[in-house]
Amino acid sequence: MSPPVARPKRKNPVLRTRQINLPPAARSRVALGLTTAAAMGRFELQQCAQCQAVLYPPREACPRCASVRLPWRAQDGAGSLLAGTTLHHSNDLFFRERLPWRLGLVKLDAGPTLMVHLHSGAALPNGRDATRVRVIARLDRAGQAVLIATPPEDPSEDTTTMANDPMLREMSNDPKLRKVLVTDGMTAVGQALVREFAKAGAELIWVGHAEPWKQHGSGLDTIASLPAVTLVPLDVTDGRSVQALAGEIGGKVDIVVNNAEVHRTFGIAARRGTDVAKLEMEVNYFGALRLAQSFGPALASRSADGTANACAWVNLLSIYALANFPPHGTYSASKAAAHSLAQCQRAELRGAGIRVVNVFPGPIDDAWNQNMPPPKLAPAALATAVMKALRDGVEDVYPGDVAHEWFERWRDDPKVLERELALGGA
Amino acid sequence: MAANATSRKGAAAATMPAAQLLSLLAGALAGGRIRVVDLTQTLAPEFPQIALPPEMGQCWPFRIEEVSRYDERGPGWYWNNFSCGEHTGTHFDAPIHWVSGKDLPHGSVDTVPVEHFIAAACVVDCSAQAAADPDYLLTVADLEAFEAAHGRIPAGAWLLMRTDWSRRWVEQRDALAYQNFDDQGQHTPGPSSEAVRWLVEERQVLGFGSEAIGTDAGQGAHLRPPYPCHTFMHGAGRYGLQCLTNLDQLPPTGSVLICPPLKIQRGSGSPLRVLALVP
Repeated sequence: MSPPVARPKRKNPVLRTRQINLPPAARSRVALGLTTAAAMGRFELQQCAQCQAVLYPPREACPRCASVRLPWRAQDGAGSLLAGTTLHHSNDLFFRERLPWRLGLVKLDAGPTLMVHLHSGAALPNGRDATRVRVIARLDRAGQAVLIATPPEDPSEDTTTMANDPMLREMSNDPKLRKVLVTDGMTAVGQALVREFAKAGAELIWVGHAEPWKQHGSGLDTIASLPAVTLVPLDVTDGRSVQALAGEIGGKVDIVVNNAEVHRTFGIAARRGTDVAKLEMEVNYFGALRLAQSFGPALASRSADGTANACAWVNLLSIYALANFPPHGTYSASKAAAHSLAQCQRAELRGAGIRVVNVFPGPIDDAWNQNMPPPKLAPAALATAVMKALRDGVEDVYPGDVAHEWFERWRDDPKVLERELALGGA
Repeated sequence: MAANATSRKGAAAATMPAAQLLSLLAGALAGGRIRVVDLTQTLAPEFPQIALPPEMGQCWPFRIEEVSRYDERGPGWYWNNFSCGEHTGTHFDAPIHWVSGKDLPHGSVDTVPVEHFIAAACVVDCSAQAAADPDYLLTVADLEAFEAAHGRIPAGAWLLMRTDWSRRWVEQRDALAYQNFDDQGQHTPGPSSEAVRWLVEERQVLGFGSEAIGTDAGQGAHLRPPYPCHTFMHGAGRYGLQCLTNLDQLPPTGSVLICPPLKIQRGSGSPLRVLALVP
């Protein structure tokens, strides 16, 4: 078992900052099914629809019955570690820099035998007796799925153990000891995020706030006194403000959480003019673009900077980014634009090994959803989901029942969700 | 004596050829005998912006983005695009800004007679009262006291309310203090309903100018009528200037304001540079 991650020493400023070397990223198209599931924190393998065989590695046709109907199915990952070894030499730059590295062979109870990375807590087989492990899928720094054998207890229940394992820390984006920027502290969601980061042991939390004269009654004062928190002026509609803050702290931030958003409740006909739609775009889309341009490069340059390296960017999107909710139509459009931009950002930051986490909540329990019937997502629940996503190295988050259900419907058939949202989302 | 001397000079100016008058003015400006004081806040993104309830339409704050800066986007030149509302920063309110003035002729910034953009100013010092009470309302008694000390407020002159409120931004850079919101809204000084009516009806002033974010007091929505300065001034075809600064450098009487807004078609107002010629 690994000791707790120690607070890193201050950086030696005369040495070159290490740059990232990504793990091998090539995958076949069919193998991307593993990545798709891991991006949402799931471990899925193909299971033959005809003969029920669980398959690994991913294939075009079932090796037992030749069926091509091989849907991806969630796996519990329970299995036996048959053998393990420790790599002391590698010509691959990523592994070379992280040696020694443990590998193993696991036979899943479901059938197939897998090559896996070995968590430091996974005991090696003793003689002929295999040890029990649980295989999980994680995205690696290249954004591709890898399989890791962990001790058999549910890994998500023991965050300390998981966070302390150097290999898992490599795959995840745990905020412990990292420096975080939350772009808007004036909202309940922003304040819940800040509290959650403070609880998770973030080293420093910068909290942006725009239009300071609107602080009164915003609740900003409730987080200002947390020891890790520093309030910073940040207005994402103002390029100069974004650049000024990036100039000040851009070289220090390890995790950017962009929760700045404007949410109004209009479609096309319910509001004259374009001013509201423009404001939504100005914050939800152009604000994200300004932040990405100003904070992205420095973040990317520090993605291998020790144990508290820059590692993640969180975008607060909306489930309406996937399909328009007409009563909140222009807001939905701005979130769709932001989602598209976030995909571009994810592609651009992938080379640096920075994880872009997109969060797609359903209606949040706030003033602008006052007239929406429950269930509504509590800001604290959203913050918890973001934290879990960072710890688990997840890329796409659908927090809460509504978001989850709508995402499933969207995946089944986008057209059906479009029609259902047009009828009120019931 | 002083009044006599002034009237003799006035008589001389009245008979003097206009070209000579202008030449004297230019000479006095060039020689520094007449000073030019800038009453304008710098247009900057961080300058506080009028805040309405969020469900209402909002005036854009000032925003600026580089087009190029001697770089690959334009190798030899630097320039910016900017955006803002008609009522952003130090700005001019035209009569059609308010519903009470909506049907007046010559009521938009492009049709206001240009002669009105250069006019005398009277400056009433309320800085002590505003320091003691951020909700201070200028009274008719204040105006009568001003006249007792400095003479009658002439028709067609600006009435500027000096509060030193602008220092909260200019000197302290304190947006919170400049806007001064609490959970019952904004607390900034302005004119009482009676004072505005008196200025409009008894003195026929050209307009009212203030240092805070609006010509009306922060709690002006609760006066009778709501927003009396906007209602009466604009209803009578008069103007407003707000977010002024440097009023402490102006004499109570004797200065001249130069304040032409942008010529925006059917514009309700405009950011502008406000200059004062000061003896």
